[in-house]
Amino acid sequence: MTANANNSHNSLLNVLKSTYRTLLFPLISIIVAMFVAVLFVVWGRGVGFFEGTSLLFKAIWNGSFGSKDSLIETFVYVTPLLFTGLANAVAFKTGLFNIGVEGQFTIGVLITAILGLISGLPAIVHIPLIIVGGILAGAIWGGIPGYLKAKVGTNEVVNTIMMNFIAMYLSNYIVMGPLNKPGVASTPEIRPSAMLWRFLGENNRLNTGLFIGLLLIALVYILFWKTTIGYEIRAVGLNPYAAEYGGISIKKNMILAMVISGGIAGLGGAIYVSGIQHNAMELTGFIGYGFDGIAVALLAKSHPVGVLFASILFGALNSSAISLQLVNIPKQIVFLIQAIIIIFVAADYIYKWIGEKRKKEAMING
Amino acid sequence: MDNASLPVVVALMAATLRQATPLILASLGGVFSERSGVVNIGLDGIMTCGAFFGVYGSYKTGSPAMGILFAIIAGMIVSSIHAFLSIHLKADQVVSGVAINLFSGALTSYLLLVLFNRQGQTDGVNALTYPKAFMRGIPVIGGFLSELNWYVFMAIILVFVTYFILYKTSLGLRIRAVGEHPKAADTLGVNVYAIRYLCVILSGALGGLAGASLSLGTTNLFREGMVSGRGFIALAAMIFGGWRPFGAMWASILFAFADAFQIVAQGFGWAIPYQFYSALPYILTMIALAGFVGKTTAPAADGVPYTKGER
Repeated sequence: MTANANNSHNSLLNVLKSTYRTLLFPLISIIVAMFVAVLFVVWGRGVGFFEGTSLLFKAIWNGSFGSKDSLIETFVYVTPLLFTGLANAVAFKTGLFNIGVEGQFTIGVLITAILGLISGLPAIVHIPLIIVGGILAGAIWGGIPGYLKAKVGTNEVVNTIMMNFIAMYLSNYIVMGPLNKPGVASTPEIRPSAMLWRFLGENNRLNTGLFIGLLLIALVYILFWKTTIGYEIRAVGLNPYAAEYGGISIKKNMILAMVISGGIAGLGGAIYVSGIQHNAMELTGFIGYGFDGIAVALLAKSHPVGVLFASILFGALNSSAISLQLVNIPKQIVFLIQAIIIIFVAADYIYKWIGEKRKKEAMING
Repeated sequence: MDNASLPVVVALMAATLRQATPLILASLGGVFSERSGVVNIGLDGIMTCGAFFGVYGSYKTGSPAMGILFAIIAGMIVSSIHAFLSIHLKADQVVSGVAINLFSGALTSYLLLVLFNRQGQTDGVNALTYPKAFMRGIPVIGGFLSELNWYVFMAIILVFVTYFILYKTSLGLRIRAVGEHPKAADTLGVNVYAIRYLCVILSGALGGLAGASLSLGTTNLFREGMVSGRGFIALAAMIFGGWRPFGAMWASILFAFADAFQIVAQGFGWAIPYQFYSALPYILTMIALAGFVGKTTAPAADGVPYTKGER
């Protein structure tokens, strides 16, 4: 009995310890990034350190959580990030780098903008149709580089980058060509039957897509830790050769992970159009949610629940752009913060490095 | 193609070379970095920094040559972040490259507001003067030469220089050895870290110059998003060219030709959408990588961090 209690006490301690370790580095990254951002504000505005800090944080708070409207707008930004963050996380878990989430998202956007134009469908058919369409389109767009990686051995990073651009130009062709709404650089608005419900009123862009995203977090969690597929995906990510020795096919799981990852990204695109955007626009650059998703997944250490928190952080930063400009801080500071966070997350080896150095010193001195 | 008296073919060739120049320069940067074993996805961001600081340098000093120097130094500084992250801290090189791209985009548009007090784009600045009239006076090829700019010559010379360094000097042998089998090179006394730092920073210098050739060479100003993925096209050109300087140059020229050709093709009334030409470099690169057009093989240790003393 006492041994048992002791054990559970230990395991709780271990859980706390590992949570602390997982959270420590992302938190340090965020703090350092904010600090650097404050320095930029101090330099750009010519104010003191404390004034700069309070200016920046007040503006970010007001723009993201401070009022009802800004809170709603924050979650409008959070919604697509949930999908692209999860899409990246699935790929990371298999040891793959799906830079192509951006392109898979774009293809999801395109397909939904096309399918959403079909008239005469009841919403109960139309919405599942665009959801399936978005998932399939993204899955194909992610599956191609996955297949090429598994069968031909070409680097998925390069292929997904290429496919991002192909998706962008394909989308531009459709948007400016066959489906162009005359006089504007976009497709016509999708039918009301293809639109997700904006449950806080038509003027607030927040929609039921947010709940689909939250549901997906739970689904990916179950996939990773409660199913055989998830077990195999994680095994391949941790050590492909050991996994193969244990009878798990590396190739199958690589393709599968890219298909799942792409499907989630494509779904994100579908939700983005049917809930927020309602059409596809000509792209002069990438939409950006896919690349932000990389940052979200990295900051979340590819954990589905972490994706939720990282998405909220990035959503809050994105939605505070306007309130920053109101106090004369360029909104670009937000992107600067995001980039610096990734730089520090990328550098998490420094953590191991310090640890190893200590170990070595202990070996020499002790 | 402002010169109406020029035959279409000549104008097309000149336009191709002008548009290929930033691609050639950046892809040479890619060749150096990846040949030493460091993947450099950050080229696009490095070009953005080069484009911005080239204009800033020329704006501050009034001298376009100083602008070019600013661009090169900016590229070197940004790439040294990438070098430090990926060589010393053994960060995932792709993550680091993505971070560099985001960072450069955010930094330049922030600085645009702070240093120029402008939104979207800077004012025009001094650019290198190119002796158009003198070039036109040259018999036979004068018309063609008059349509170029100095950056075209720089790019082509640097292709030869890169080739010479990589294949005809002991430094080049070391670079290639480090990219193929760092441990073997280390055993023979080559400093793997030093070579990789050198190559990544060199790629930053070339990327910065590529950016300057875009901003100072074509429009004399910096516009947000003006690089618009050219760093990635350069990356594609480097891969399509098989990680070799001349290969990268020909691939850059091919990609630029597709871009320049669309304007001419429209004149012919050919109904191929222009998006197809824009997507062509990426489609070709994927096909080449899949092994349908010749064989392209990356350096063996490309993207793999090196840890001294590890088995």
